[in-house]
Amino acid sequence: MASVTYDHVVKRYTPETTAVRDFNVEVADKEFMVLVGPSGCGKSTALRMLAGLESISEGQIRIGDRVVNNIAAKDRDIAMVFQSYALYPHMSVFDNMAFPLQMKRMPKADIDTRVRQASGILGLDNFLKRKPRALSGGQRQRVALGRAIVRHPQVFLLDEPLSNLDAKLRAQTRIELQKLHRDLETTFIYVTHDQVEAMTMGDRIAIMYDGVLQQVGTPDDIYDHPANRFVAGFIGSPTMNFVSVTLQNGTAKASGFEVNLPKSVEAQRGILGFRPEALTDRVQDGAAVEMKVDVVERLGSDQFLYGQSGGDAITARVDPRLKVAPGDSVRLGLDTRSLHLFDGETERALI
Amino acid sequence: MSVARPEVAPPVEAAAAGITPRTILEWIGNLPLHVAIIGLTVAWIVPTVGLLVSSFRPLSAFATSGWWTALSPPFNFTLDNYQHILSTSNLGTSFFNSFMISIPATVIPATVAAFAAYAFSWMRFWGRDWIFLALVGLLAVPLQVTFIPILSMFTSLGLNGTFLGIWLAHTGYGLPFAIYLLANFFRALPADLFESAEIDGAGTLTVFFRIVLPLSVPALASLIIFQFLWVWNDLLVALIYLGGTPEVAPLTVTLANLVGSLGQGYQYLTAAAFLSMIVPLVVFFSLQRYFVRGILAGSVKG
Repeated sequence: MASVTYDHVVKRYTPETTAVRDFNVEVADKEFMVLVGPSGCGKSTALRMLAGLESISEGQIRIGDRVVNNIAAKDRDIAMVFQSYALYPHMSVFDNMAFPLQMKRMPKADIDTRVRQASGILGLDNFLKRKPRALSGGQRQRVALGRAIVRHPQVFLLDEPLSNLDAKLRAQTRIELQKLHRDLETTFIYVTHDQVEAMTMGDRIAIMYDGVLQQVGTPDDIYDHPANRFVAGFIGSPTMNFVSVTLQNGTAKASGFEVNLPKSVEAQRGILGFRPEALTDRVQDGAAVEMKVDVVERLGSDQFLYGQSGGDAITARVDPRLKVAPGDSVRLGLDTRSLHLFDGETERALI
Repeated sequence: MSVARPEVAPPVEAAAAGITPRTILEWIGNLPLHVAIIGLTVAWIVPTVGLLVSSFRPLSAFATSGWWTALSPPFNFTLDNYQHILSTSNLGTSFFNSFMISIPATVIPATVAAFAAYAFSWMRFWGRDWIFLALVGLLAVPLQVTFIPILSMFTSLGLNGTFLGIWLAHTGYGLPFAIYLLANFFRALPADLFESAEIDGAGTLTVFFRIVLPLSVPALASLIIFQFLWVWNDLLVALIYLGGTPEVAPLTVTLANLVGSLGQGYQYLTAAAFLSMIVPLVVFFSLQRYFVRGILAGSVKG
């Protein structure tokens, strides 16, 4: 069991191409940390440097108190689950899970105990003699997890382990992974591009974009207080509304509506951000927004309206029982308690 | 792989009707392929059967009619040809010699090539790609240009006319292609497997023996088949490095001498030729499933 520290870590492939810039994160012992960002943002590279599969150009990575920069992957006391699972196709499920232990020259009896223990946890008891190709996607994924579990590592690294599963299985495995994390009481570092996985599974989330760490925080914290426009747009579905506004006397003026800001800001213009659920028929005491509806999406539990207000495209989340048809104009309330304002140039959050 | 996905059941009506316009269209679409395959098969089988039939015919029949006439009555077959060559020429020794040459001349290059190909595909070292390029370039060198320098070297080392000499020669001639073939196959193995093995604590040799080799059985098998058949059928290299010495001559050399010494005795040649063909046929048919089977299924993705 150990913490993980990235201390000013840089990954450079050539002098011009930098995959990860000045990356600083501390992952506490037994924490479930999610690295999330769009593809190519450097999250996998950050994980692979920790795993020992990529060299570290600058900075330090520590597991516990030990600097691991120059320690071989196998001696870092970590286990990794790959997106492709990377199962050895010619070995049975049992041999796949036993392989890392055989490499440690562990006695046969101990290997047997550990593999059976892991297969019990993952419900693989009936499949131990099968080859990976005779398993379903979900079962293969569990074998890959089992191969990590048997090592009793200090840190689990998971690189998009759910992206090859279908939607239903993914939701189910998400819950199983959380249970597993609770039962194993080990540090998990989980890389994904899916913000839903990040929000639902992480104790904390680290959001990356273009090699730069944008924000680290709990899911609630990041959802309610995004540090910049990228984070605000990346987390949450449907995505946050962004509207250009001019500011005057604590009032933000958009092309279609006006709203009083909860806090005064020293700026002439900016980008007003509000989530679809802040624009709703359920709130009547906020600012009024006239919206011309183009598309209506009903999800049973929710109803999303996509349309225009003045010259700006906006999305609203309203009561599903509200009858709205495309082409209608609706009058919605904007909840002023959950407004965000971003600087037009730096895109940093001002409110 | 679609293990998790249930197969789509064919429409019931089509199954009940049997022949539908669609199956006819498919059949017509595949027609050129079928014609080509049948054509190739016939082109290969006819001479083989002709040789086999001829080898059982007496000289009188041989000189007056084609082999296909023997397939209709009156039948006139004999074992004389086989008896004659087995008793007069030293075919037994040659048979043994062919094995003595072919087996090491297959095993040595295949082994060396496997190690080399692994290094070329998965290890980082200085000048790797240039060395590989040079090696591929060697594929284009005609082996005739190497005869004189190698022969003079063999003479000074006393390797002329020995099995060791011809094993080395065949190893040298076989390696470029063998390394090229295996390196391409190894390179196509998923990188995740190697990374996973690295984290699991497997060293380079362990990865080679426990992961790369078992996964490369199809490629190794086809390489071994190619190399074995090439060496077994080789006349030129054997003639150059072994000379005509009967003690070490393989089947091909003995066969070539048979024509010279017997002149008109074609009927004996057919029997000897068929004997020499048996081994390649057995090798090919026993290992042919490796040509078509890949065992990578299931390693990655769902």
